[in-house]
Amino acid sequence: MDLSVQIGRLRLVNPFIAASGCFGYGVEYAGLLDLASLGGVCVKGLFLNEREGHPPQRIVETPAGMINAIGLQGVGVHRFVEEYLPPLRAAGATVFVNVCGTSIDEYAEVSRILSDHEGVAAIELNISCPNIKEGGIQFGCSLAGTHDVVSAVRKVTTLPVIPKLTPNVTAPASFARAAEEAGADAVSLVNTFLALAIDVETRRPKISNGMGGLSGPAIRPIAVRMTYECASAVKIPVIGMGGITSIGDALEFLIAGASAVQVGTANFVNPLIWNDLRTGLADYMTRHQLSSVSQIVGTLDMKR
Amino acid sequence: MATPDILTRMPVDAAARVIANTALSVDYNLVALEAPELAALVRPGQFVMIKPHEGHHPLLRRPFSVFELLRSADGRAHGISILSKRVGTSTALVAGLREGDVVACLGPLGRPFEPVEAPVEAWMAAGGVGLAPFMTLAEALVADGNPPTLFYGARRAADLHCADRFERLGIRVVYATEDGSRGARGFVTAPMAEAFAALPGGRQVRVYACGPTPMMRAVNDLTVARGHRCDVSLEQVMGCGLGGCYSCVVKALDEGGHGHYVRSCLAGPIFDGRTIDWTALGH
Repeated sequence: MDLSVQIGRLRLVNPFIAASGCFGYGVEYAGLLDLASLGGVCVKGLFLNEREGHPPQRIVETPAGMINAIGLQGVGVHRFVEEYLPPLRAAGATVFVNVCGTSIDEYAEVSRILSDHEGVAAIELNISCPNIKEGGIQFGCSLAGTHDVVSAVRKVTTLPVIPKLTPNVTAPASFARAAEEAGADAVSLVNTFLALAIDVETRRPKISNGMGGLSGPAIRPIAVRMTYECASAVKIPVIGMGGITSIGDALEFLIAGASAVQVGTANFVNPLIWNDLRTGLADYMTRHQLSSVSQIVGTLDMKR
Repeated sequence: MATPDILTRMPVDAAARVIANTALSVDYNLVALEAPELAALVRPGQFVMIKPHEGHHPLLRRPFSVFELLRSADGRAHGISILSKRVGTSTALVAGLREGDVVACLGPLGRPFEPVEAPVEAWMAAGGVGLAPFMTLAEALVADGNPPTLFYGARRAADLHCADRFERLGIRVVYATEDGSRGARGFVTAPMAEAFAALPGGRQVRVYACGPTPMMRAVNDLTVARGHRCDVSLEQVMGCGLGGCYSCVVKALDEGGHGHYVRSCLAGPIFDGRTIDWTALGH
């Protein structure tokens, strides 16, 4: 069955993309599954240079979820294109690269370098990481900042540009509109929710960074709502995510208006979830006599 | 970064049936799991990621060292056992597993121990549940004709489990308990220091250590001070076990002595103790 979806001019074999920060650089999973069988592999966020990230403890479990503050540890764009992009290409992966920056210039420079290399399918702009002091969310929490980062990157690349939006604002849909006006090809949402878990014995945060980002099933209904709001507000495609652990969860996002979805935390629990998602989607389409995933997208009936 | 290593490993995600769950004490359980495909791949000191129940709380899997390889009459490995100490929600669920239950078991994972060859002596230093990775190592060493010595420490005699399994392999076990209820009073470093003192000149030893971080650090310091190498099995709070999440990092020192966070699930769990920045290691 044809499970393919279209994100602008980018065709994906199915709507299931591994979420950035939850799938390493993709190569870690090459021995376990066929990377080409995923709609896309969104690799861990890259700055221009290597980053050490935060000291451990970096994660803590919370009810139906987890809080993380990894701090965007990463190899930097140069090592990525030399060491990781070739095996990803060899594996046939559709590579989304999550691009970070501490300045607008850095976002543009990392994006330009990626554009010079074969094998990158799309650029996801990380303007929403809640865990680092400089860069990222400072752009994603300001409409002007969102517009400026997207515009700057738009000028240096012909690759699809997909800003990843934060849920830590009052109205994510206005940020989706700002991204659209600045020339984004799509938007993805949500990044994690800023959160805090406390050790009551020591009266200290449970993770070293203090606060972190909440992900997992706990956030899913909020993420679905935000996906619906954004998809209703823009004409460009929306990639939805937040706590997807099953095909039913993924379908909620598609029906709410997402053209594709990303799966993150659930991949930690079940790294072979992709097979279940594909099978589940095909079953759903058969039961509902659908020939294309696009017949699901944005079909929510909100009438009471 | 070890990209070629990553590309060649092939863990399996087994739906492993619980063959037996033996309560060794109020907080220790030995759980036998049927997982032939996985068991066939295990090398000494590797671990598995287990989710003992379905549902979202707790959400993540937990890492467990492979304790024993369970073998059929023909010698083929058909399963594994894990040694679990109850410390939280997931290990409480492990303690409650019943024969016939099925758990998700992903592995084998991580960089294995390198068994040394004679005449280098192999000493294993275990603290409490840190005994877990040593059965597979002991079997490999015995099979190579280089039986190790096990230095096994715990708070009290009642917390020493499964030592008979090592003795049955013909391994000398040296005990230490904090309350002196079995073996030397204090930590395993005391009998180890004596053993180093009694070591014939020129004899090399490889120490393998697993236990609480202060214990591993003390064993590493002692061993390195005597001019030998200590490999440690580090456990950090782990998200996925596959290198996807970057949660389980430890600070490893490069040749210039600079520390860099590396994923203990991929670069470890076994590390040369000299390469670890012990001051940066929590707990």
